[in-house]
Amino acid sequence: MIKLTHIWKSFGEQSVLKDISTVFEKGKANLIIGASGSGKTVLLKTIFGLHKADSGDIYYDTTLFSSLNPTEQRLLRQQMGILFQGSALFDFATVEENIRFPMDFLTDWSIEQKRERVDFCLKRVNLSNVQRLYPSELSGGMQKRVGIARAIALNPKYLFCDEPNSGLDPQTAIIIDELIYEITQEYQMTTIINTHDMNSVMAIGDKLIFIYKGEIAWEGTKDEVIYADCATLNDFVFASKLARKVKEMHTIS
Amino acid sequence: MARIVNSMNIQNGIKLIGSYSLLMKRVFVKPEKWRIFWRYFFIELDKLCIQTIPLIMIISLAVGAVLVVQTASNLENPFIPKMYVGYMVRESLVLEFSSTLIALIIAGKVGSNIASELGSMRITEQIDAMEMMGINSAGFLVLPKITAATIFNPLMMLISFICGLIGGWMMVVASGMITVEQYVDGLQYAYTPYFIVYSMVKMAIFSLIITSVSSFYGYFASNGSLGVGRSSTRAIVVCSFLILISNLLITNIML
Ligand SMILES: Nc1ncnc2c1ncn2[C@@H]1O[C@H](COP(=O)(O)OP(=O)(O)O)[C@@H](O)[C@H]1O
Ligand SMILES: [Mg+2]
Repeated sequence: MIKLTHIWKSFGEQSVLKDISTVFEKGKANLIIGASGSGKTVLLKTIFGLHKADSGDIYYDTTLFSSLNPTEQRLLRQQMGILFQGSALFDFATVEENIRFPMDFLTDWSIEQKRERVDFCLKRVNLSNVQRLYPSELSGGMQKRVGIARAIALNPKYLFCDEPNSGLDPQTAIIIDELIYEITQEYQMTTIINTHDMNSVMAIGDKLIFIYKGEIAWEGTKDEVIYADCATLNDFVFASKLARKVKEMHTIS
Repeated sequence: MARIVNSMNIQNGIKLIGSYSLLMKRVFVKPEKWRIFWRYFFIELDKLCIQTIPLIMIISLAVGAVLVVQTASNLENPFIPKMYVGYMVRESLVLEFSSTLIALIIAGKVGSNIASELGSMRITEQIDAMEMMGINSAGFLVLPKITAATIFNPLMMLISFICGLIGGWMMVVASGMITVEQYVDGLQYAYTPYFIVYSMVKMAIFSLIITSVSSFYGYFASNGSLGVGRSSTRAIVVCSFLILISNLLITNIML
């Protein structure tokens, strides 16, 4: 569980996050949705600590993040897995080295243990025989999978994904979404996903928070989103012709 | 040059020095795992130093040869002994060329390499990913580069020096402007081993400047691929500038 209370964040004059309070539950896919530039990435990075909030508190389960000393913060970070928007795989390292990277630095495991864990993580994201390839030799979808494999390498309690299916074709996008969802349930992680993709919303949106210009404009689940009574949300959800058509048919029947 | 000086107001300068020092404070800490450090130390040694040797050798050979022609054709006066050519070539190489000018060349090649590598890691969030794993990205990425170049490049100065002398010798043999004996006599004339030490020390300091400053510009690159290009250009300009200034300082102190 991750809880936010009254988070504010600005860059210079520009106020990007305004009074964000919410709770993200364990074992569920928590989605932060909103248009480009609405502040999703900043919110996610503020939650996992890459940006420091100007004010407000972030609780990891019962721990108040800002109350930890640097060493404790570092330990907590080792329980976070992060999939960055562009995958952020280390391009100087092979797939195996990428996934092993956090293990090399943060564990005292033997080479065999690490190799076993790498193979396990790769298998979990349905990849095989890619250990020796470099990130530049992989397709976008494979890079995301390796990114997920690296994020779960140390068995994190918290998983953060920034637009995990941006730049992927619709089919691959769904597969990646489902993979994240399965992993979340299987390991009972607290997972937060940034997305502007309505397919993801409808497929895995256990909990949705809709950000509009840095504020939470609406909260709910994927089953409520269609009927929501929030103009900005409706503009976002029914932006495409297809979606509007579906809604019309829905209301007629 | 004027534009740089103009745009560098004092406040900005102090800010830059401040964030540079803060970065270096994070770079010069004990590596988390020595095994990993040494692995990347040798990777960087190969990438930044070994792979630069051919370029340095070719340039030094050519410059040694040109120095012989220039000095010999300027020594028309019969009262100045011909061996003076060898002496002049040696002194030019050891005092300035093989350290300062080679350092400027290395700044162009290695500096831009480092700044663009770190810059692209920054904008693709690879550095953020490392930080989030709880890894000191500055130490991991920058320390092997600085140590490898600073330790190895004094040797690069020697390589350049020797290649320059060989280039000169080849020109002496090919052109016959003076005899090989005269050239070799000149090389040995009034030989001061301290100059070599001086030059190697200079090279070590220049290498420290090149690697740390270009790492700084790369590490804090922003604004996409355009920003990476900009930071690598800026790295080379600032490195060159600092090399020239520190050359003056070191020379005043050591000679
Ligand atoms: N490091 C930063 N410095 C200044 N402004 C930023 C920074 N990061 C994001 N912003 C601004 O915050 C706003 C929200 O950006 P972001 O969170 O990336 O949006 P998105 O919802 O597309 O992920 C944008 O207007 C952006 O310009
Ligand atoms: Mg974003």
